[in-house]
Amino acid sequence: MTKLILRKLGWALVTIAFVLLLNFFLFRVMGDPTRLLKDPRLTQATIEAIRVRFGLDKPVINCFESLNPVKVSLQACAVNPFETQFSAYISNLLKGDLGVSFHSQRPVADLLGERLWNTILLIGAGQILAIIIGVTLGLFAAWKARTALDYTALIASLAAWSLPTFWLGILLLFWGSHYFGLPLGGKETIGSGLAGWGRLVDISKHLLLPTLTFTLVFIGEYMLIMRSTVLDVLSEDYILTAKAKGLTTFQILKDHALRNAMLPIVTIVALNLGFTVAGAIQIETVFSWPGLGLTIFEAVGRRDYPVLQGAFLLLAVSVVLANVIADLLYTFLDPRVRLG
Amino acid sequence: MSLLEVNDLHKHFSLRSGLGQSLTVRAVDGISFDLAQGEVLALVGESGCGKSTLALTLMNLEVSTSGKVLFNAKEITGLKGRALKDLRREIQMIFQDPYESLNPLMTIEEIVAEPLKVHGLAKAKPERTQRVKKALEDAGLNPAESYLNRRPHELSGGQRQRVVIAAALVLEPSLLIADEPVSMLDVSIRAEVLGVLEHLKLERSVAMLFITHDLGTAAHFADRIAVMYLGRIVELGETKEVLENPQHPYTQALLSVIPVPNPRLRRKHIILQGDPPNPIHIPSGCRFHPRCPVAIASCSKTEVALTSVGENHQAACLLLRNS
Repeated sequence: MTKLILRKLGWALVTIAFVLLLNFFLFRVMGDPTRLLKDPRLTQATIEAIRVRFGLDKPVINCFESLNPVKVSLQACAVNPFETQFSAYISNLLKGDLGVSFHSQRPVADLLGERLWNTILLIGAGQILAIIIGVTLGLFAAWKARTALDYTALIASLAAWSLPTFWLGILLLFWGSHYFGLPLGGKETIGSGLAGWGRLVDISKHLLLPTLTFTLVFIGEYMLIMRSTVLDVLSEDYILTAKAKGLTTFQILKDHALRNAMLPIVTIVALNLGFTVAGAIQIETVFSWPGLGLTIFEAVGRRDYPVLQGAFLLLAVSVVLANVIADLLYTFLDPRVRLG
Repeated sequence: MSLLEVNDLHKHFSLRSGLGQSLTVRAVDGISFDLAQGEVLALVGESGCGKSTLALTLMNLEVSTSGKVLFNAKEITGLKGRALKDLRREIQMIFQDPYESLNPLMTIEEIVAEPLKVHGLAKAKPERTQRVKKALEDAGLNPAESYLNRRPHELSGGQRQRVVIAAALVLEPSLLIADEPVSMLDVSIRAEVLGVLEHLKLERSVAMLFITHDLGTAAHFADRIAVMYLGRIVELGETKEVLENPQHPYTQALLSVIPVPNPRLRRKHIILQGDPPNPIHIPSGCRFHPRCPVAIASCSKTEVALTSVGENHQAACLLLRNS
């Protein structure tokens, strides 16, 4: 078992190493970021000072001009040929330093760390609701297959799944704020001075609409997958055997169908968890929810490369980790998956 | 008194074809037989002749179209709720494919204990484990302890089928319906599993309806044999009688193609022409007449019921009635 976990983690590390490389070059091939500094008041000397400060005067990976993705001056090589942007990137990463945001001048690690929790709160609430409702709906739809209940659930799920997230978000935002007086955006009322219980209620109110959007978008997927897996499981001989033994329909659904049908759901949930960190971009933007998605959206507009680079790394790591967790969970849930 | 009495049982399925006309598949089309306490009746027939549908209908897993099934002289068709659950204790079923009929996520102990749990028997844990072990041992899994915590995928086909048998036995039913219990198993394991079933018949006097397409298996330990063709029983009698003195042309054809090891005793093979007809379009008259080597003109016009052709031996053939 330990061996299995270690091997999975080992592969995860290899994947992350590739992501690190890709992430590094992705932002270097776009050229020298200082050429975006168009302010006429900046003198050449200031720009040079900024380049030195961010290490942009150094070669990208090594001192062979042809091997560098962008044209660099090789003056620095005369001092220390191993002091390159790449070595600085790696050594800073190992120290947990993701650089400084061009826009806010704050360390990227701090900025992302704070935003990540907001995203986890939103995704967590949305996913849990979507799983509970989607799985239950799917189970009942399969049980009552080809009845009015099944068709209603099926059509509703397909419709919810097909709705564009941002459009549904805007619609809910309009209805929610107009008819129910829910807040228009943000995470809490700024300057309300609320604390403790009052603050919790305030945050919950802000969380309600984005969570609802998130849930509606994901229910469909879980419901459809659950329905088809349960239908498969219900046609198995061991369900017929259980019936012949005198189990009630409820017992069959609970003890035989649900447990077997949960296997594919677990995989999908784990994979979704990784991707939805990025997928929340639309919802967070519509509801101005200060999470990772909104941060990425803003950073793209501001060409805030350090923030983007850090966010991409975080997303990649979360997808890889979610995969590892899905793999390991699967071995726990399904005894047929051989260990080792 | 007979344990199970089946009277003119029908099970029809309706199919909707593309053009809105509905077709009827007459899978079980007028079956009558009875089964005494501790007796083994083998039901033999080609695939598609309605054997499995008959089993499911008897188990109340399919709702019969018409006809009567009496178990211990009580009508059991259309039972629901409590009464049906009580009946389940008395009639247990063994399915064909042991790779499909065991829930892969449950341990052997959970699988065998489940019927006890469902029926509220042996509520105390030690007693339940005791009964599970006993059932496993009766099904030939020794020592039972070593199987309790394993899961189906760790067992071989023969072991799995024994687990299925144990799960059926644990309720101590008086009737077992075994639907091709050995057809998915290797020949060597087949004999062992048949041995287990035979042991049950002798030791516990469990009555069995043994469904098979293999006359050899049927001959092994059945008291009586019923030969089924297209939803009907065409010949019914004591095993020895049916095998040594088959009366119906279909039974004769089936028996003639069983390989005989002794070359001097080679029989003439009767090879039937064509496939069994579709149960949607059942031939008129005797349903075997299109393939029957000895059919006469009136066979396609007259329906024949089972008639006695000897002591405890019945067959449904026009030619037998005339002679």
